[in-house]
Amino acid sequence: MPYNKENKIAVKIDDLTVAYDYKPVLWDIDLAIPEGVLMAIVGPNGAGKSTLIKAVLDILKPIAGSVQIYGKPYKKNRSLVAYVPQKGSVDWDFPTTALDVVMMGTYGSLGWIKRPGQKEKKASLEALEKVGMLSFKNRQISQLSGGQQQRVFLARALVQNASIYFMDEPFQGVDATTEKAIINILKELRKASKTVIVVHHDLQTVPEYFDWVTFLNVKKIATGPVKDIFNDDNLTKTYGINYKVAINQ
Amino acid sequence: MNSAQIEIQLIASLVAIACAIPGTFLVLRKMALITDAISHSILPGIVIGFFITHDLSSPILILLATATGVLTVILVEFIQKTGLVKEDTAIGLVFPALFSIGIIMISKNASDVHLDIDAVLLGELAFAPFDRLIVQNIDLGPKSLWIIGSIVMITLSLLFTFFKELKVSTFDKGLAASLGFSPILIHYGLMTVSSITTVGAFDAVGAILVIALMIAPAATAYLLTQDLRKMLSLAILFGIAGAILGYWTAHFLDASISGSITTVLGIIFLLVYLFAKNKGLFSVLYRQKQQKIEVLLLTFLLHLNNHSEKEERHVKHLTEHINWQKVKAKTVLNLALKNNMITVEDKIVSLTEKGKTFTEEAINYIITNKDTEIEKMKDRFFLFRG
Repeated sequence: MPYNKENKIAVKIDDLTVAYDYKPVLWDIDLAIPEGVLMAIVGPNGAGKSTLIKAVLDILKPIAGSVQIYGKPYKKNRSLVAYVPQKGSVDWDFPTTALDVVMMGTYGSLGWIKRPGQKEKKASLEALEKVGMLSFKNRQISQLSGGQQQRVFLARALVQNASIYFMDEPFQGVDATTEKAIINILKELRKASKTVIVVHHDLQTVPEYFDWVTFLNVKKIATGPVKDIFNDDNLTKTYGINYKVAINQ
Repeated sequence: MNSAQIEIQLIASLVAIACAIPGTFLVLRKMALITDAISHSILPGIVIGFFITHDLSSPILILLATATGVLTVILVEFIQKTGLVKEDTAIGLVFPALFSIGIIMISKNASDVHLDIDAVLLGELAFAPFDRLIVQNIDLGPKSLWIIGSIVMITLSLLFTFFKELKVSTFDKGLAASLGFSPILIHYGLMTVSSITTVGAFDAVGAILVIALMIAPAATAYLLTQDLRKMLSLAILFGIAGAILGYWTAHFLDASISGSITTVLGIIFLLVYLFAKNKGLFSVLYRQKQQKIEVLLLTFLLHLNNHSEKEERHVKHLTEHINWQKVKAKTVLNLALKNNMITVEDKIVSLTEKGKTFTEEAINYIITNKDTEIEKMKDRFFLFRG
């Protein structure tokens, strides 16, 4: 479903400030993300893009501000949200298989103590199939290529069957085929009225992949439809006058 | 075997189980060093507990010492969070401080307290059967058997109850937090269990053996399996094997039991490290050698593919122009021949049809940056590996 003005607000962020050791990395962020958009968060290194996602997902404690998921605090609406962390944030030598990693996506709906059963396994196998990784289900995760690992992470988010997906640089270190496959899945999610928020590095592909964009550099620079606000003015405000260098990187 | 011998082996095996479970998660969380810290820094807790109760197996003492263990972790994290030093330095600062406070307390009261630093560090399994639990004149067995037995039961039931939570928070803290499984709570849960285990085991086996039993079996298991459940079972098995083999080694050498068990654990690790199927040293070296020769083979085939002129394809040319030693050149030539990639007539080497197809496919993968595909190709083309 493409965006239109009547869409509900999926994620609302008010006055969010996050600091590491008293040094603010995100400064007074206000952001309203409408339902059904495929949004890129762009900004230079150290702009606080990952931090923003982590603060929304309750992984980091903000020093000020609030976050609402469909009008309720994150803790109340946790089941509506799925998260794909940066691939480098985990140890891929961990003794486990691709299927098992995807199953971890079902843990949230199970809650504490309850074990995953046949239902969860079936859903995980379906998610693996969607990302084209079914034949790798019993492969140890260190034996997967970077692109395959990213697909497994995506399958783990899909199995959560959420309404909002947060992804931290899903295209980092993946081959062109995987990048295409991932973007197709993200577009399918948007078609199903899901909201997808992606930390993105490659400015060149923003107009092709996304319909919504947020420029971030410690403060929010701009947010809105790509066709309206993805322009020289905002790029310069975010990246400085040398933003063309950033594009060509 | 007399009953004391059986009791000693039983205690050692139970300690092995109690240590292997938290040890596996500590190894996976790259926190092996923290057991070293806990096992030493519980000393002041033990000493204070001993001053109060005058009984090394009193629950109050275990409680106090466990609290000191958790305090160690809190202090280490506090120092680390200042950002002034790294985690290993923080550990190195905290545990000697706490340990030495314990030592000062013992030496100041050495005259009226029967508590020996040697006993704390090294333990004495041989004495464990003498300290018995006697209720209404009925002998229920050694006290340490009961303490360790209870700890094993607690650890096992926590493991079965929270296996999923432990797994997800160990593998992916961020996901665990976003799903609502507090990684901090699980972290401190694990630290508490590790402290209880260390405290419960130190009296019987000593601090050093506790470290060995937590880390060595888990590290050994890690080399052998890619499945967390199997890693846990293997760690337990290696721990028990080390305990029993170590006991009998000590018996025949008339040496310290703790020392022998630790040595056996080290030997088991060494053997697995050398001979493990995938991650073992020999198999890694063998694979490296194989790959090296196969890369040379590919280089050679590419060269043949590039040159039709005879002088470039002469056998001698291998040693002269490509600049390979005779032995190396011969190995490569033989490997190519065995795999039907080349033919040799009058010392002139030519690619076979199979050799051509292989080389062209390989070039294709190299220029499209899909080097990993070449490994799969080898399975299709090679009759013999390098």
